[in-house]
Amino acid sequence: MRRAGDIGRRLRARARVLWRALRAVSGDDAYERYRAHHALHHPREPLLSRRAFCAEATQRKWSGVSRCC
Amino acid sequence: MINRISGVLLAVVAAFAVGGIALHRHEPINALWIVTAAVCIYLLGYRYYALWIATRVLRVDPSRATPAERLNNGRDFVPTHRAIVFGHHFAAIAGPGPLVGPTLAAQFGYLPGTLWILVGAVLGGCVQDMTILLLSTRRDGRSLGQMARDELGPLGGFAALIGTLLILIVLCAVLALVVVNAMKHSPWATSTVAATIPVAILIGLYLRLWRPGRVLEGSVIGIGLVLLAVLAGGWLDQQPVVRNWFDYAPLPIAGAVAVYVWVAAILPVWLLLAPRDYLSTFLKLGVVALLAIAIVLTHPQLKMPAVTQFIDGSGPLFGGKLFPFVFITIACGAISGFHALVSSGTTPKLICNEADVRLVGYGSMALESFVAIMAIIAATLLDPGVYFAINSGAGVVGSTPAAAVHTISGWGFPVTVQQMHDLARAMGEQTLFARTGGAPSLAVGMASIFGSSFGRGLLALWYHFAIMFEVVFILTTLDAGTRVGRFILQDLLGHAWAPLGRTSWYPSVLFASTLLVGAWGYFLYVGVIDPNGGVNILWPLFGIANQMLAAIALSVASGIIIKSGRVRYALVTLGPLAWLAIVTSTAAWQKIVSPDPHIGFIAAAADLSAKLAAGTLSAERAAVAPQLIFNQRLDAALTMLFTAILWLVILDMARVCVRRLRGLPLRSSSEAPYRESRLPAAALAEH
Repeated sequence: MRRAGDIGRRLRARARVLWRALRAVSGDDAYERYRAHHALHHPREPLLSRRAFCAEATQRKWSGVSRCC
Repeated sequence: MINRISGVLLAVVAAFAVGGIALHRHEPINALWIVTAAVCIYLLGYRYYALWIATRVLRVDPSRATPAERLNNGRDFVPTHRAIVFGHHFAAIAGPGPLVGPTLAAQFGYLPGTLWILVGAVLGGCVQDMTILLLSTRRDGRSLGQMARDELGPLGGFAALIGTLLILIVLCAVLALVVVNAMKHSPWATSTVAATIPVAILIGLYLRLWRPGRVLEGSVIGIGLVLLAVLAGGWLDQQPVVRNWFDYAPLPIAGAVAVYVWVAAILPVWLLLAPRDYLSTFLKLGVVALLAIAIVLTHPQLKMPAVTQFIDGSGPLFGGKLFPFVFITIACGAISGFHALVSSGTTPKLICNEADVRLVGYGSMALESFVAIMAIIAATLLDPGVYFAINSGAGVVGSTPAAAVHTISGWGFPVTVQQMHDLARAMGEQTLFARTGGAPSLAVGMASIFGSSFGRGLLALWYHFAIMFEVVFILTTLDAGTRVGRFILQDLLGHAWAPLGRTSWYPSVLFASTLLVGAWGYFLYVGVIDPNGGVNILWPLFGIANQMLAAIALSVASGIIIKSGRVRYALVTLGPLAWLAIVTSTAAWQKIVSPDPHIGFIAAAADLSAKLAAGTLSAERAAVAPQLIFNQRLDAALTMLFTAILWLVILDMARVCVRRLRGLPLRSSSEAPYRESRLPAAALAEH
């Protein structure tokens, strides 16, 4: 029984890592990362709202070469 | 020790697989041989060559702080784990190029394309991508054009800019043509693709207004809806009245694509471009993974011969001998200059340790090259007769099905009208004849692989899923390409009149977008009215342009390496550069001066003029002949321009090298000064 629980725990941990990677690759967690960076480095400056940050990030992404042939 | 044993094992398996491919010359070969050889060769290249280049040539320094660390702003400069950067970079470089090029090059047989994809990637493309990535990382993420200007001089910088603009125009034209050929007279494909537009807009609104930035949620909903659209398209295709609303000839579709991209390029990015990009990226990654699994599961036999008679230059898809044209046709899967723009764009701003450039630069390109290998497998597992019937223009094989199968069977690739009819039926289409451009034949190949692994009865569904995936993907490239082209154009126009250079001034946006869509729209239009299919002209032009851009990137890299005093090591980039210079110049020379109208632009124009004057053309052909003649001459001029730009940059690089060897003063290196990384030791220990 303990073994099965162990495997379950390990699988769940793996799934969590995968989920985090998926969120990072897709940019799903971009705002959370920005907020963490902001809290650490610029706590006195105003924080962008989620909507404002995402709008700015999309604009920035498509101002350069971000897709190829 | 284990490392060394696994290395030796890898080399043995690679040698065995390559030997197997070499010996299977007159009997069908299994696709698994090619997959095995490819994977082993990429791993060997990654493990030894890439490591050697990283440590010896580029002198990657894990202790050096990268711009992501030094300039970290939590937005575009963000130190990111290498696996994540790999994902970002691969998604950015993976386009429709490695799917289309190998499909066209399969007219030479499976062997030439496969060998070039493998060798070109391991020694050329991967090296270019990794080198430019490191050089840009060392220069705060500067673009290729800026690096050319800083390190070579204003001439090199200007050439890189003009080269990029021209390649974008040709790229957009040829990709739009591929889309048109996939959708002409296909209500299923057209309605599905049309449905993806409101889906993308819906997801755009979702990610902007309702759930800002919830990319995964939005993508899952979007992909669900798009798959539903494929099913709905099949139902719609059965409705006698409604299906006519989506049944169009090539020219109206071309017009619709041009107008659509123009609108998409002037709309805010969040509304259409960004959400559709999420859909197409997830679809591409999914399809690539699915295709790899399906190829291994079904391990199909390749029916195309190793080498066909068309290496003599008489090929129906495009004219020209094996050398140099296989190296022009397959650009993206082996070496693609365009990647240098991405490697010097967003990616270097995410790299958290210099050592990561091996995985991100070299590794991503190796994976991209593997996609090209799968495309060539999907093309060559078809009956060669079927492959040629789908991919040959009516002007080459005859405009009726009977004439086409007669010509193709006469080449020694038997095919019947009944066989093509049954195949079209199974794929849910009226006809598959003369659907040039590579996308439909790739879709047939993919449908047969998927069909035999995941359900045979669903062939038509798989076919239209594959078409939808390719088209959605290409439309994203068209949008993004038109936008990048617009920025470059605005930058250039700004020198003439400053307000035109303001990228956010709406009249300038409209003006530059119209100019750009007009430019590629023109080539698209000529491609559509060309009875030979148009792809036969545009794809080689695109290949020449893309290899020219690669040569510019390799020149910049070689110049920088030589300036740093490591002259001998510059061979790593000078080797592929020399090869590309030879290949591109030979191809350009033949495209301009060859007396064979099948190959040379000027000869083709003269041939058509003579026929027009003699009155031997049908009324239909005579009507479009003047435009085709003008276009052939324009293509010749464009090819000359590409070659001139190529040699200008190479000579500029040579000038810099000679000055270095003679000890004359040079522009100082634009490398950012060394600063020690302060990222946690744990992050460094990983490398």
